[in-house]
Amino acid sequence: MADLMTVLGIWLGAFFTLSIFSFLYKDNPFYKLSEQIFVGLSAGYWLIYTIYNILVPNLFNLLLTDFANNWLLLIPFALGLMMLLRMIPSLQWVSRYPIAIMVGTTAAIYMLLSFKADFLSQIAATMINPFKFTSAVDVVGTILLIIGTLCGVYFFYFSRKKEGVFAVPSKIGIWFLMVSFGASFGYTVMARISLLIGRLDFLLRDWLHIIR
Amino acid sequence: MSKLDRTQIERRIVFLVLVIAVALPLIFPLGMKTYGTPLTKKAYDLVENTPPKSVVIISFDYDPSTVTELQPMALAVIEHAWKKEHRVIATAMWPQGSKMADLAFAEVQKKFNNEKVYGLDYVNLGYKVGGMVVIQGMGRNFKTVFPKDTSGLDYEDIELLRPVKSLRDIKYVVSLSAGDPGLRDWIMTAKGKYDVPVAGGTTAVSAPGFLPYVNDQNQLYGLMGGMKAAAEYELLLGYEGSASLNMNPQSVAHILILILIAIGNVKAWRKRKADAKQGEVKNG
Repeated sequence: MADLMTVLGIWLGAFFTLSIFSFLYKDNPFYKLSEQIFVGLSAGYWLIYTIYNILVPNLFNLLLTDFANNWLLLIPFALGLMMLLRMIPSLQWVSRYPIAIMVGTTAAIYMLLSFKADFLSQIAATMINPFKFTSAVDVVGTILLIIGTLCGVYFFYFSRKKEGVFAVPSKIGIWFLMVSFGASFGYTVMARISLLIGRLDFLLRDWLHIIR
Repeated sequence: MSKLDRTQIERRIVFLVLVIAVALPLIFPLGMKTYGTPLTKKAYDLVENTPPKSVVIISFDYDPSTVTELQPMALAVIEHAWKKEHRVIATAMWPQGSKMADLAFAEVQKKFNNEKVYGLDYVNLGYKVGGMVVIQGMGRNFKTVFPKDTSGLDYEDIELLRPVKSLRDIKYVVSLSAGDPGLRDWIMTAKGKYDVPVAGGTTAVSAPGFLPYVNDQNQLYGLMGGMKAAAEYELLLGYEGSASLNMNPQSVAHILILILIAIGNVKAWRKRKADAKQGEVKNG
């Protein structure tokens, strides 16, 4: 039975893979069917997963088995219910309170840690003495890092018209930004090709058994 | 034939050629070799230089959609950690991450003749919703965040977890991350707040965003970006796994794309030249 289910799963996977690929030829019913099944399945999966793996063990079980020690959980439970009131137009306004609490707490948590990781540590990481390195590659790389950072930041300084000598760092900044976008594009191409390789590997190995 | 029709046909030819360019090297590998880069080596060194019996975390922050890039990394990092006799805790910030961990452990176990013992050499604590808040909770008290593992075993009944009170008892974290929540949360919290070394493996598309964290401050202790980095890690471990083999079609596809970009540019240049000529004729 398990084998039959595996084979069925592989055939279904192959069908949906080819159906999604068929969009490359043109929009068609197979693509639409696959797309909608995917969206429906994802939503269904998330709903069941949220209930059984998040709400039941972290909320309902704790409240039902040990209410005295967990009664504080009633607060997030109430906030969750308030969030669901978005579905009733006349009571939609109630959902603003849990949303406000969520946005506020998330911003507060992220602000402190993000300030350290994305701002202070990044600035400190740019304050390097390039000549402390022994290898020429490291020295040149560090100098480029410092120039690139300063010129890149300068490019986004818009409070002064960039003319004459003031335009030079901005132009250097553009070059660094372009190189950075190019690298990002290269990585993106690699990621997309990896996805294609993954799907073709599935089709050729698991479905058609051409690769062993 | 209208210009639009011609473009449509050209697009389809490009797609078809690309599929062939990827499929053929998959069927007939070309034996291309990859080479190591400092970013992957740094992550490798973190695992390599950590003492035996250390308790470490590998966080499976991805799902099947990115399995081609991240699962080979997971296999390589687990194998390396086990070779160094590290005790591996698997966590997941994505719901399907814990299943990915199970598959990875089962795969690597084959190489170790199933000698690694669950609960002693590795444990799967599963998924927890919350991202950064979960990591902060682990920093305060590990047990309150993960009172049980995925099989329902209590925290105190798992031998591996006995010395682990908080994140500070962890020697390093490797987050294999396909997005948010994931590596960024580990950098900000585990490294930023609790000073635990963090190495990362990401999909290629998100790798450039993490490069600035590999710096003098060691915010990120090495970065594995995409399938290429997975192949590099396999190379460092001395074997050719799926990532190394898949670098053959990857390389062929990249060469093809470079050729297509060159052809496109030549066509655009010729068109611009022809348009300019036509404009000159029109204007006398």
